[in-house]
Amino acid sequence: MDVRLNEEQLMIQQTVRELARDKIGPRAAEIDETAEFPWDVVELFRKHDIFALPFPPEYGGLSGSALTLNVAIEEIAKVCATSALILAVQALGGYPIMLAGSDEQKARWLPDLASGRKLAAYALTEPGAGSDPAAMQTRAVRQGDEYVINGSKIWITDGGVADSIVVFARTDPNAKTRGISAFVIDAKNSPGFTASTIHGKLGIRGSNTAELHFDDVRVPVENRIGAEGEGFKIALRVLDRSRPGVAAQALGIAQGALDYAVGYAKERKQFGKAIAEFQGIQFMLADMEAQTAAARAVVYHASELIDRHSPDVAHHAAICKLIAGDAAMKVTTDAVQVLGGYGYVREYPVERMMRDAKITQIYEGTNQIQRVVIARHLLKD
Amino acid sequence: MQRGSAAASPRVRRRLSTSAETPPRTAALDDLSERVAAYVSEVVAPQAAAMAAGDGDGGRGHVTELGRRGLAGLLVPADYGGAGGDHRDFAGFVEAVATECASAAVILDVHLSVATEPIVRFGSDEQKRRLLPRLARGEWIGAFALSEPGSGSDAASLQTRAEPHRGGYRLHGSKMWITNGDIADVYVVMARTGDAGARGISAFIVERTMPGVTPGRPLHKLGLRGSRTTELLLDGVAVPEANRLGAEGRGFAVAMAALDSGRIGISAQAVGIAEGALRAAAGHLRALVQVPAGGDAEWVTAATGSAALDQLGGMAASVAAARALTMHAAAMCDAGEPMTRDASIAKLYATDTAVAVAHAAVELCAPESAMDIHPASTRLRDAKACQIYEGTNQVQRLVIARELLRD
Repeated sequence: MDVRLNEEQLMIQQTVRELARDKIGPRAAEIDETAEFPWDVVELFRKHDIFALPFPPEYGGLSGSALTLNVAIEEIAKVCATSALILAVQALGGYPIMLAGSDEQKARWLPDLASGRKLAAYALTEPGAGSDPAAMQTRAVRQGDEYVINGSKIWITDGGVADSIVVFARTDPNAKTRGISAFVIDAKNSPGFTASTIHGKLGIRGSNTAELHFDDVRVPVENRIGAEGEGFKIALRVLDRSRPGVAAQALGIAQGALDYAVGYAKERKQFGKAIAEFQGIQFMLADMEAQTAAARAVVYHASELIDRHSPDVAHHAAICKLIAGDAAMKVTTDAVQVLGGYGYVREYPVERMMRDAKITQIYEGTNQIQRVVIARHLLKD
Repeated sequence: MQRGSAAASPRVRRRLSTSAETPPRTAALDDLSERVAAYVSEVVAPQAAAMAAGDGDGGRGHVTELGRRGLAGLLVPADYGGAGGDHRDFAGFVEAVATECASAAVILDVHLSVATEPIVRFGSDEQKRRLLPRLARGEWIGAFALSEPGSGSDAASLQTRAEPHRGGYRLHGSKMWITNGDIADVYVVMARTGDAGARGISAFIVERTMPGVTPGRPLHKLGLRGSRTTELLLDGVAVPEANRLGAEGRGFAVAMAALDSGRIGISAQAVGIAEGALRAAAGHLRALVQVPAGGDAEWVTAATGSAALDQLGGMAASVAAARALTMHAAAMCDAGEPMTRDASIAKLYATDTAVAVAHAAVELCAPESAMDIHPASTRLRDAKACQIYEGTNQVQRLVIARELLRD
């Protein structure tokens, strides 16, 4: 179960690391401060084929390996969690099509996502259906060759900037989880669809988060992914793939904060010596390193299970999301502590990293939900 | 029980990392997991309760039986009668044993790794031919003697002396916390041949039958009651030069190399203990939790908010992370790459996890778990030792911090 990166993955890791360090790192504080969606980062990803990483070569992608993708997300998140999320959500919005779409649907949508010509989003959560998605109310009613969608979605990352959004809606009001279906909507060309951006987030402030409204939005039947009623199953399969991506984002945030804290502790002098020479600081740094290493071990392991098509993916996806999200929160909080007063102000990056870390414990299933998913696996036998 | 070590110096670390070699695998290991499972269910599990109560033979029978099954030299190359396994095989074995019985795990871990590997890695061909086949057959049980009453984490300050004597040495001193202390036939002993400090230390093979070798009475421990931990008195023990392991003054390096990979074994032991505690807690909850009809989604929806399941899920995730770190350190070791940092991280994380998970299991299984012998309470006692021996977790943190601050 040990995971080592192969040569191609090491090469991609190095390339993304340099790109992130040179082009994104210098922008990170500003992206956070202005809370404006970083279109320049989107452009950078397009130019350097970063959006191609989640997709297989036959549809214009570069890899399709979960491990490769998650290593890239980790590298970007080390300097800017908002930018890492742009890549992670491009993958998230593509997964329903990749996992459950027909060949025709894949050929129709995936190349534009792989090139980054179009941005994707994924709309499952509703105001009244968060951890309990089966309670969703959004309806899709079949009328001839079309479905008519009514309802609203909330907390949709990139919902206000995406071109192509996978929307889950109820096609059968009487069947609970089996009454949900998935649709791809063309966000730029669907009368009745509106997205309103949600402002004032604690972290990942440059990312776009929107509430979506559907008022008699008409979608052609050929935009339905999978059969009617298969939507919930698709949503869960997508989460198995996307949770390790969130965990990779959390891992990158933790590593970025740890790296900064280590550098600071070596430079900062008190009582006539670098604070890194004090055992109290060394113990904190060692625990931060151990938690980050544990996060990496489970993220890589889950990613490798995805690439091997293991039946245990759901369990390990939940494990890595829980371990990495909690590690990110703890490590960034301790990084603020290592920097003391300097850690608490915006001139230094660690308070941003701490704010960015929080969301990794919340989205794609709160860490409380992950615990229940994991417990379920144990009690099933 | 061997505890305490300072960390290897960077120079030593580099040298050791390049000298590590993965032994060739033997065909006998193709079905290793089945053989390990059989050994655990036929030998380890039936004796686990007696071992936890402190009864039994200190594990001599475990080693003998392991030898009969061809696995008592798991890390010994096939050329010297061993199974030729690698450190991932070793970690898997120790975890499987510890899941049922942590006492048996530490007995076997010490025999297989810190007592045997120094001979594999630093012994002359003559020493290997003389010693390894007997260890690998389980005829001889091994132990490792570094710590002393006054020298634990600061291992380089050890006081046991080895003086020149008739072309060989005479050893005087006292060793402490020796796992397998009174059942071992052969001890890897660190003693001072030169000046104060790490470079004045040499390693020796001391046999139980040598006059002057006296193990103390087994100590009454918090946990791991099935293993015999003793003091070891060395009263003018004459040791021939042929029993010196490596060059004079190289003993500290031998000890540190042993502990680097020994920490993989302790990490694996901790993962096994945690896994055992997790299973106890899951078994307890399985009887209590009403599983709703329907698919996973309905079940998760119904179970959300259950504090017990929340805790169980967190425990399982930590165990999985500890296992992944342990296997990573083992793989680094097998690849001959520097692994001091990885082994220390695995040891710190896995043993802290074992204590936390066992503690949570005691809570979840209350009130039965308040009894002296219960799967959860036994594991809590056993887990505690793992945070202490083979370098306390405080020492691990210093090692990790030193590696982190190096560049």
